[in-house]
Parts: sequence; C-alpha cells; structure tokens
Amino acid sequence: MKAFAQLFLSLDETNKTNEKVKVLKDYFTNVPDTDKMHMLALFTGRRPKRPINSTLIRNWAIEASNIPQWLFEESYHVVGDLAETMSLLMPESRNSSSKTLTEWIAEINAQATRTEEERKLWLMESWAMLDRQERFVFNKLLTGSFRIGVSNNLVVKALADITGIEAPALTHRIMGSWMPEDYTYDQLIEEQNVADNISRPYPFFLAYPIQETSEKRKSAEEVGLALGDADQWQAEWKWDGIRAQMIKRGGEIFIWSRGEDLATEKFPELHPFLNALPDGTVLDGEILGFQNGLPMPFNILQTRIGRKNLSKKILTDSPVATIVYDCLEYAGEDIRSKTQSERREILEKLQNETGFPEVFRISSLIQFNSWEELEKTREQSRAMIAEGVMLKRKSATYQVGRRRGDWWKWKIDPLSVDAVMIYAQKGHGRRADLYTDYTFAVWDGDKLVPFAKAYSGLTDAEINKVDYFVKRNTLEKFGPVRTVKPELVFEIGFEGINKSTRHKSGIALRFPRILRWRHDKPKEEADTLDSLKDLLGENGG
Amino acid sequence: MAKPLLEFTDRGIYCAQGKFYIDPWKPVDDAVITHAHADHAYWGHKNYLAHHLSKEVLYYRLGEINLRTIEYGETVTKNGVQISMYPAGHVIGSAQIRVEYKGVVWVVSGDYKTDDDGISTAFEPVKCHHFISECTFGMPVYSWKPQSEIFTDVNNWWHSNVENGIATVIVGYSLGKAQRILQNLDLDIGKVYTHGVIENTNEALRRNGVTLNPTERITSDSSKEEVRKGIIIAPPSSVGTPWMRKFGPYSFGYCSGWMAIRGAKRRRAADRGFIMSDHADWNGLVSAIDATGCECVYLTHGYTASFTRYLNEIGFNAREVHTLYGGEEEDARVTEGEEVKETAPSGDVVKEGAQ
Repeated sequence: MKAFAQLFLSLDETNKTNEKVKVLKDYFTNVPDTDKMHMLALFTGRRPKRPINSTLIRNWAIEASNIPQWLFEESYHVVGDLAETMSLLMPESRNSSSKTLTEWIAEINAQATRTEEERKLWLMESWAMLDRQERFVFNKLLTGSFRIGVSNNLVVKALADITGIEAPALTHRIMGSWMPEDYTYDQLIEEQNVADNISRPYPFFLAYPIQETSEKRKSAEEVGLALGDADQWQAEWKWDGIRAQMIKRGGEIFIWSRGEDLATEKFPELHPFLNALPDGTVLDGEILGFQNGLPMPFNILQTRIGRKNLSKKILTDSPVATIVYDCLEYAGEDIRSKTQSERREILEKLQNETGFPEVFRISSLIQFNSWEELEKTREQSRAMIAEGVMLKRKSATYQVGRRRGDWWKWKIDPLSVDAVMIYAQKGHGRRADLYTDYTFAVWDGDKLVPFAKAYSGLTDAEINKVDYFVKRNTLEKFGPVRTVKPELVFEIGFEGINKSTRHKSGIALRFPRILRWRHDKPKEEADTLDSLKDLLGENGG
Repeated sequence: MAKPLLEFTDRGIYCAQGKFYIDPWKPVDDAVITHAHADHAYWGHKNYLAHHLSKEVLYYRLGEINLRTIEYGETVTKNGVQISMYPAGHVIGSAQIRVEYKGVVWVVSGDYKTDDDGISTAFEPVKCHHFISECTFGMPVYSWKPQSEIFTDVNNWWHSNVENGIATVIVGYSLGKAQRILQNLDLDIGKVYTHGVIENTNEALRRNGVTLNPTERITSDSSKEEVRKGIIIAPPSSVGTPWMRKFGPYSFGYCSGWMAIRGAKRRRAADRGFIMSDHADWNGLVSAIDATGCECVYLTHGYTASFTRYLNEIGFNAREVHTLYGGEEEDARVTEGEEVKETAPSGDVVKEGAQ
C-alpha cells in the first residue's frame, strides 16, 4: 500500500504530463504484476467491489474521529471528498503498512462474507495500521470513487513506454470487462491476446467539436478553410442517443456503451438483429428511442436507462432502435484501417441483408455540394431530432479516442435564456469548499421560479468572484445549500427542453450550462417562464 | 445591564468608554491595530496605535500616518480604559489587544497561531471575560504538523530542484509567510532571491531592527542561471505572471493552510503544496479559547457558524459576529488581497513607503 499511496501523492505533486508519466512508470516498474493490474483496473474506471455499505463506513469513521455527526457532514462539505474527509478527521497515526495493494484488495473483498461486527473490527484495526496518506487511498478503495485526474491515455502511455507495445493496441487490450483477478499482466502484454476475449470492444473513435460554445460560432467559410474541399467529406446527422458498440462473435452478442458498461440486457429489442448478423461483426452507432419510424427525444430513453427490470410498459412506451454509422470488424477481421468510404460500403451491405430494417437502421448521408449548403441543412437539426451534423473525412481510418483531424461534430447552437442565480452549493474535488453548483430561476410574474441547475461554464476567476458574492449575500442556509440574494444574471445554454411533472417549473432542460455571466443585465431583465415555455412547442416537447 | 465594553459596529470593534476602535475598516479617529495585514490595518484613520514591530511595515503600506507604537505588556490608558498588547504569534508585530475597564477584561485576538514559528513572538494566552477570536481554520479537518517537518520537505524539494537544474519558486504572503520561509531555509543549498513586494516588506522589518537572513532582490539584471541555483520567494499575486514565467522551467510551491485539502491544492495548480499557516488549526483554536477562561467567546471570521455551534455544544458560550476580517488567508481563495495592488509587472513596487 505504501507504493500505491506514494503514487497518489506523487501524481498530486506535479501538473506536468511528462512528470506524471514518469511517476506512473516508476510505479509500474516497482510493484508486483498483480498490483500493476489492480492499479490499471482502478485507474481505468473499473470500480472495486464495495462489500461494506458506505453509510456504515461513514458511521464508523465518525466514531473513530470522535466528533459529532453534523460536524462530520460539515467537514465533508469543506473537503468535497468522502475518503479524504475520513482520513483527515481520524487521529494521526505513525504506522505504515507493508501489505501490497493486491493483499489489501483481497482483504476488502473478503469482507463480503463477514458479519457486521467482524467488518467493524477489521476496519477499525485497518485504519489504525495506516498513515494518513495510506488511509486516504484505502478509503478510496473502500468507497470506490476513483477519480484522480489522470486520464486513461497517460496510464496507457506509461505502460506503452515500459512494454514497448504501441498505445492503440494497449488501449484496445484494456477495453471491456475484465477484473484484475482474472486478467494477468502476462496476458496483457502477450503478443496475440485480443482474440482471447470475444466480448472485448474496440476503443471508440470520438469526434472533436468544431465550435465549443455559441460564442465561438463558426461560419461555413471558416469550416471550409479548416476542412478543405466539401467533396472530401461525408456528413450525417448527429443523433442524440446512447453511443454503443454492438458485437456478434462466436455466436454471442454484446452491447457496450461508451462508458465501457456492458449493456446487452438493457436493449432486448436489438437482440434479434444482432443474433442474425454473421459471426465476427462489430458495429458502431447510436441507440435511440424510436417510434413510428422516428427518433424520440432523449428524455424518453432516459426513463429506461438505470432501470434494473424492463417492464412491459417501459418497453411499449420507449422502444429503441439503433442507427449504425460504422463497421469496425467484418468476417472476423479488424477493418478499422480501411477508409471511411470502404467501411461504409461494408456497413450498407450488412444492413441490406438484415431482416430487421426497423431496428437496424443506418445513418443516412446528407447530400451537400458546398459548406454553405450544409450549413443551411444543419439548421434543420432540431426538426430532425438531431444535435447537429457529423463530418467524417472519406479517407479516414477508425482511430482511437478523441482525435482532431478526421471526425468533427458541428453541433447546433444551444438554446439560451438569461436567468437569475438563487441557490448555491459547494462543489466537490477541485471545487471543494467553493460555491460552484448553482440553481437558476426565471420570472413567473413577480416570483422567481427555479428551472435548472448548472455547474460548468465559468472560468476559475469567475467562480472565485461568484463564491465571494455567495458568502457575503447569503439569505438562508439549508444544510449545504445557501439561498442567495437574487442579483447575478447568467446566460444559460441548453440542448433541448421538455415538459416535466417532476419540476416546479414544469419543464426540464437537457445539458444546461452557463454560457456567460451577464454583468450587463439587472435581475429584472432576466427571462420569463413563459418565454421558456414558448420554446417547448418549437423544439419537440 | 450596562453597555458592553466592546461593541460590534459597522466600522469595526468599538469601545465607547475609551472612544477607540480596534481594526476598524472605515475611517475613524482612534484605531488600535492588531497587525499590519490589509484586512486589519486600513488606511484613513486619524490616529493609529500598534505594536512597535509593526511600525515600519505600517508606514510602508499606509504611507504618512499618525502612529504611536508600544511594546507587549505596556499599557495605554484612554478615558479610564486600559489598553495593552500581548503576542498573537501570527506575524512579526502581531498583537492581541487587551482592554480593561472597571475590572472587566476583553481580549481581541486579531489573527493568531498557537505554534511558535520562531520569528513572530510566541502566542501568549491572556485571561479575560470576553474573547473575540478568529476561526479561519475552525474545522477539524485542519491540523498542522510541526513546522520543522514542513521545512524538511521544503528544503528537500529545493535541493532536488537544484539538482535537476530547474528554478524553485516558493509562494507565501509578503508579511508573515515570506519571513517564516526565509528564516527556515537551508542556506547551504543556495541563495535566497525575493520578489520586489517581499523585499520591500523585508526591508521595512530590517529598519525595525528585525534580523533576517540575507536576501537578494530580483531585478531586470538578475541572471537567470544564478537565480536557478537559489530559491525565489514570491507573493501569491505573482503566480502565473510573465514575471514568474521568465524563470522557467521551474517548480512552484505554495505555502498555505488551504493546502491541507486536495481539492484546494489542485485548484491552485501548484507543483507542491506545503501545509503551513499563520493561523491556529482546529486544536489550536479550541485550546487557545479554553486557556482564556472566558465567559463568552465571539467568532469574527472563518468557519464561524460551525465553529460557534461546536463550541456551544462542548460548553462554551460562543457567538458568531459579522466583521470584514478574513482578507489575507481567506482572500487567497478570492482575489489575492492586497498584494495585487502592490505589484507592477516588473515586480517592482508602485508606491514606496515613507522613510
């Protein structure tokens, strides 16, 4: 655990990418292979099992810290991270543990079969055995929230340097569902391991945005200057669904979401078409709610994500289909190095042969002869229930991760309203102890009605100023939430708007975020609920 | 019941009997100043009373002011009210203000820390009936290590930077942290260079008779190669400025109590965060308040709500009061406080103090 705790500390001690890679390499070269795989699993978002319920851990930590519960909760709001809060509040210990990461994780997993009393005894003893930094990473393991500010790319880069295996190949080998208990370091670095696991997805190729926000709007001319001749590109609608990779291999089917969650069981509608595909086929596309041949807004699909059991009602109310736009493997062969146009041909052939054309759809190509023409077509995105258009270079290979160059997303400009901040809450992680999470309201007569929460969009300097304002203009405190003097006005951008029975305002926004701080607007000039509701009709509510 | 000896007003803490204010933030006739930080020593009062060791820094920061200084333990009487000063251990020249009238004693802590840093005269608990305390770090997650441990880390970090051929920039407030760092660096490793703002404060303190380790002010003539072998002490406002970038490649360390929290440290984007504060930590606050034996404690700035509630739960009689203090460490999160105004792009000072 010493090495793992030190790894965390060293990563925290530098902001430089090269230094971080060096730190990761040092770790890899100094720990046993099983520790390497555990670290890799944790750093690539494979959450460890959590055999002890986090409320119990919290309660025992309060006991070990010898402070009242409310003070523990307040401390948590200051620190913004549960594992760290617990490690800071417990009495300092000068002990240090020589057990490896693998041994500690095995001990944690062994708690699954213990009684509550045994668990408590073990936990209290474990805490006493560790110094503060070790306790922090140990608590991280226990509570399973591993966001450390190191991207998969950096971890892969370090591993690539050490093993001599190229980064894209390594990225592929750590995809899919594996656990450090059943995937060894030797297997990872072996020459031909990809075929071993028929469920393994390819790394997704992600598009870069052409424009980040409405303020950086790009004209057709600018797009043309950046991308060259229009005839080198294919365009499709950008669908607003769940990005998924669909696999048929060895008679089995697998559906992966982009978060590398195996989601096969969540979409039974797709099973017949997938089962009918030839073995050795991998498709990339979007899963959407679909009814009467038309895509449904994302919020309909949202109602069935996260459900454990898909009832008949859900399947009837929000049926899904997939719009496929790429083929990564055909006849058992990895075809990612073929061109976009070649892959498109194969995809069209597969789709022609399917007996399930209502479910296995294909993303139709938008015909355009110039960027100006495409810019016009793009304006119809909302009517198409799309988020904008996708641009793919006809000669593009299918690459790994988010890359500039061959795939671009050209989203429609967000809808926006000017709203007044009325509540603020402290953030987490990097934003701990700062008021960064805000609730916004619009006018309904002479009352301000909350309609959206937003966390992102301001610069650090602006956040500091808002934080300063909140601390000096608090009207009321409700637990972690402060009611602030309604004064600051922000332009809130969002992708879509729908009716909602769950919100007081009667509406729900998709992807609300702060576009800018309207220093120029007094609160009286913020928008009204009626003006928001007007957007409902136009935008597929 | 008669009026309390000290009241909280919209100008600052006021003594009606003695007709003076303590650390007022609006212009008044008579101001008693706990220490020279900008959120306690405002410009514009007619008369100032402060500790002797604050003298030159106050002149440097506020220009021509009408200032009287006294020693720790010395008493000044105003209309029957006895005013005296006791060490607060916060920065050089920082004082707790003890006010007594007809047997009733109030103490205003200003800012304080209970650990002896070796340069700010060590904090001394003062028995009183009413104690007005800060609580900048009044949450139990804040617990400081002995400063010798921190400085071992600082010196090791500096040493390894020198070995790796990169510059070392250590950031701390110009009054307090900067001198504390300076006096604890291992001068066998190299020379100490200072940003103009910090050197001006050092010079003011030296004029006041304070002995500080040798330093060299960075100017446009300073050789980058030489500076790289030493360490640069810089104020928070210099972080990320062209002034700082010209020393690159460098490693930059931030000395602050806020570094105790990972999120706060990541936000600062410092290469190294050293957990070092000139304020008392949680245990320091509780023990300092306990040591006064006070009947009532008033919390002026910091995590006042939670800390007040906790003190009441463990048997103190605590109240939260509203003031404008909390500029220096708290503003590190907000605007970097007074330092901004003092720094010109060259790193030189805009306004020189009276000499």
